Amino acid sequence: MSEGAAAPPPRPPAAKKLPGSGIPARPIVRALRWARRASQVAFFVLFMELLFRTAFRGTFAAQADAPVRLPLPVEGFLLADPFVAVLTALSTHTVYRGLLWSLALVLLTLVFGRAFCGWICPFGALHHFFGWLLPSSRGRGAARVLANRTRPWQRVKYYLLYALLVAAMFGSAVGGAFDPICISVRSIGLGVLPAAQYVTGRALSSAHTVPSHAVQSAADSAEDALAHTVWQAHQSYFHQAWLIVVLFVAALVMNRFVPRFWCRVLCPLGALLGVMSRFALFGMKKDHAKCTDCNLCLVHCQGADSPQGGVRWRQDECHMCLNCESACPEDVIKFGFLPARGGTIAKPDTERRTALAAAGAGALFLPAARVADALDVNYHSRVIRPPGAVEERDFFERCIRCAECMKVCPNDALHPALFEAGVEGLWTPILIPRIGYCEFSCVLCGQVCPTGAIQKITEREKMGLGVAPVKLGTAFYDHGRCLPWAMQTPCIVCEEFCPTSPKAIWVEEVEAPVRDPKPGPNGEPPPMKTVKLQRPHVDPALCVGCGACEKVCPVQDQPAVYVTSVGETRSKTNVILLENTAYDKRGG
Amino acid sequence: MERRSRRDALKRLGAAAGVLAGAGALGRLVWDPGALGGAGAHGARQVRDYRLKDAPGRAELAVAKGAAGAAALVGAAVDALGGMRRFVSRGDVVVVKPNIGWDRMPLHAANTNPDVVAAVVKLAYDAGAKRVVVADGSCNEPERCFQRSGIWKAAYALGADVVLPAAHRFRTMRLRGDVLDEWPVFTTLVEADKVINVPVAKHHNLAKFTAAMKNWYGVLGGRRNRLHQSIDASIADLATFMRPTLTVIDALRVLVRNGPQGGNIDDTRELHTVVASVDQVAADAWACSLIGQHRDNLPYLSLAHDRGIGTKLWENLRREEISL
Repeated sequence: MSEGAAAPPPRPPAAKKLPGSGIPARPIVRALRWARRASQVAFFVLFMELLFRTAFRGTFAAQADAPVRLPLPVEGFLLADPFVAVLTALSTHTVYRGLLWSLALVLLTLVFGRAFCGWICPFGALHHFFGWLLPSSRGRGAARVLANRTRPWQRVKYYLLYALLVAAMFGSAVGGAFDPICISVRSIGLGVLPAAQYVTGRALSSAHTVPSHAVQSAADSAEDALAHTVWQAHQSYFHQAWLIVVLFVAALVMNRFVPRFWCRVLCPLGALLGVMSRFALFGMKKDHAKCTDCNLCLVHCQGADSPQGGVRWRQDECHMCLNCESACPEDVIKFGFLPARGGTIAKPDTERRTALAAAGAGALFLPAARVADALDVNYHSRVIRPPGAVEERDFFERCIRCAECMKVCPNDALHPALFEAGVEGLWTPILIPRIGYCEFSCVLCGQVCPTGAIQKITEREKMGLGVAPVKLGTAFYDHGRCLPWAMQTPCIVCEEFCPTSPKAIWVEEVEAPVRDPKPGPNGEPPPMKTVKLQRPHVDPALCVGCGACEKVCPVQDQPAVYVTSVGETRSKTNVILLENTAYDKRGG
Repeated sequence: MERRSRRDALKRLGAAAGVLAGAGALGRLVWDPGALGGAGAHGARQVRDYRLKDAPGRAELAVAKGAAGAAALVGAAVDALGGMRRFVSRGDVVVVKPNIGWDRMPLHAANTNPDVVAAVVKLAYDAGAKRVVVADGSCNEPERCFQRSGIWKAAYALGADVVLPAAHRFRTMRLRGDVLDEWPVFTTLVEADKVINVPVAKHHNLAKFTAAMKNWYGVLGGRRNRLHQSIDASIADLATFMRPTLTVIDALRVLVRNGPQGGNIDDTRELHTVVASVDQVAADAWACSLIGQHRDNLPYLSLAHDRGIGTKLWENLRREEISL
């Protein structure tokens, strides 16, 4: 500082004075830092755009008989996610279709380390942003330097990774619940966007109280534009999404206390990339001798990876954000290819015993979850899986709870389970027909599923044209609540909406006695009359369990017809009927 | 010990009194004395009457039959009523209301044939309409219904505004019918100079046969699954509310069983017929015979007839039948 104070005063005030020796960073590094910022914004925008497009929007351009598919691979971020690929490869011993794209990210990591975390990850970008917006309670300057020092608790993410991978080996892809891309899709898609839609809808509908046609039609146009680009024409609701949102907000708020808490301490994808980054060809070279311990490198360090002089750089923690080299005034830090390894710790700094304990916990997860009755016995009747979903055990091997299927469902029929499917089934998709039914000709959930938990079926397979249809369950009548059965009132909306051909719901024409509501003369009991009624029945051999009947039943609070999972195609045990063995006749 | 000043004491007393007075005034202002109120019916019955004056010498019910195609049949039938220029004036905003209720393709005949919709849109534009709007409140997911019915593509190609039902487009209106009172109404369908109803004739498992009058179900939002409990009265109530300028019934291909949704091409028959009328009741009464129904067997026709919405005695109208 004394040199600075002694410097001659006539300097233009606009020129920013660099601290210390004032050696500026290499131009390439300053350019790369801007490129990194641009990349973070671009990938976040891309992520959001793909999320907005995870919805079917019809078009005037399509032929009537064109199959309904999304034009873009909206699940692209998940396909490129090596944690998803490794997790499901361990549980299923295969790499499903598009997950091979994750090799691109493996390649990136083997060259540049955890550049994904600093340059691409949309959840990481959010944490980067919130870490800047909510400076840690440790304040600025020296206190912030302290906040960005490497901490022992950063090991937690590795232990979590090991536990989740071992759980996957035993048959549960529950780790997907912790994947940052899954979290982003799930939280933003099921919580943030519907909430924003709700607020916007309320605000714009209040515009309709303004007695001005211009204002009203402007509000209508705004709603139309949003419905066609961001969300859909109906308000979305998701079962128990509050927990997803609370955890999401909590993860963001943690930046107030520990900058990039999620990325440093919990993220299993970051941990996996951290494990791989020991082979990275690109890294940091430090000239410890030149370091003046000014700690400017630590002020904006994202990974808490010890960039400062005098300690060894933690390659597995570094996000390659390049803030440290840009800040260094002494020419200490230089990134480059094939740096000498002397000043670097490349491997995660984990303790063997704790790692083994974590792996053991992962191994224990499956038996602990499964003896809690929800899967093998006492299967919940309302755990109705999407069309094309594989058998429940296979489903748990594959479902990463990314919520793509729930986001894309045009009727908001798919919802994140809370504990209906057991603790193991947290946030896996279930059909809640009362909120939305499964559209008969729609196969979009399978199209966007990145792991094959929902297979990519065709319309013909789903509707059973030439083959047996895909059944999600079976509908049942509650004769105590059904209008024609219990109240001698005509209805059969369920029959009208039943989409199969021939219809699974058939009606029986009956004449039934009904009491006149008015009492007879002289207080006699009310007279009886006869009404003609159509009483609905379900043919379980034809019912596909789509839930359209349950959705449209006018008995609002607890419908008189409801679907349960029994009879679902994917299960050999959750059945009612004796199997039809006329194989040659089936399908025609 | 510090002594408080008189000024300070007065200030603090004044502040406390002010807050109390403010709270009291505000509370009194928005005070709710309780009791169930506001549920009483008020507001006049709303009717949307788009009919024109009678044109003597012109047919009131026209039927065009033959294999000449949708455009020719629609053109011939509308011409017999006096041509589209009789119904649409230069600069009109015309709403065309097809049936786009179901996620079915044109071959299934659950929705109005897109060629019939296109023919009506074209006639309206040719007659000088400023804007033609095609809209319906679907039963299945609307985006899918509009696309797979083929109507979106056909109407858009002719320059029509295709409006999908969205929650913000519904406003509560007062129908004051026998069974329908306050309901959310798809405003796009009732904000027009002229309204042309373009239903498809088809079997209906509860109402037996439906075409023009039942097509107004698409005007309603809300929980219309309750309407089936009194389907005939609710159809009559809706036809009382909506009086179209013109009705054009598509009976090119007719769903003869498993209506209204169908889904099996074997349930349809090609009848190559288009019915046009200024009387929606007469149009339905005539068209029901296409699937072997009789007008006296359809209570909603008798209800509408008795209310004077139209006549089910189509023989009493000036008629024209065209074979192409």
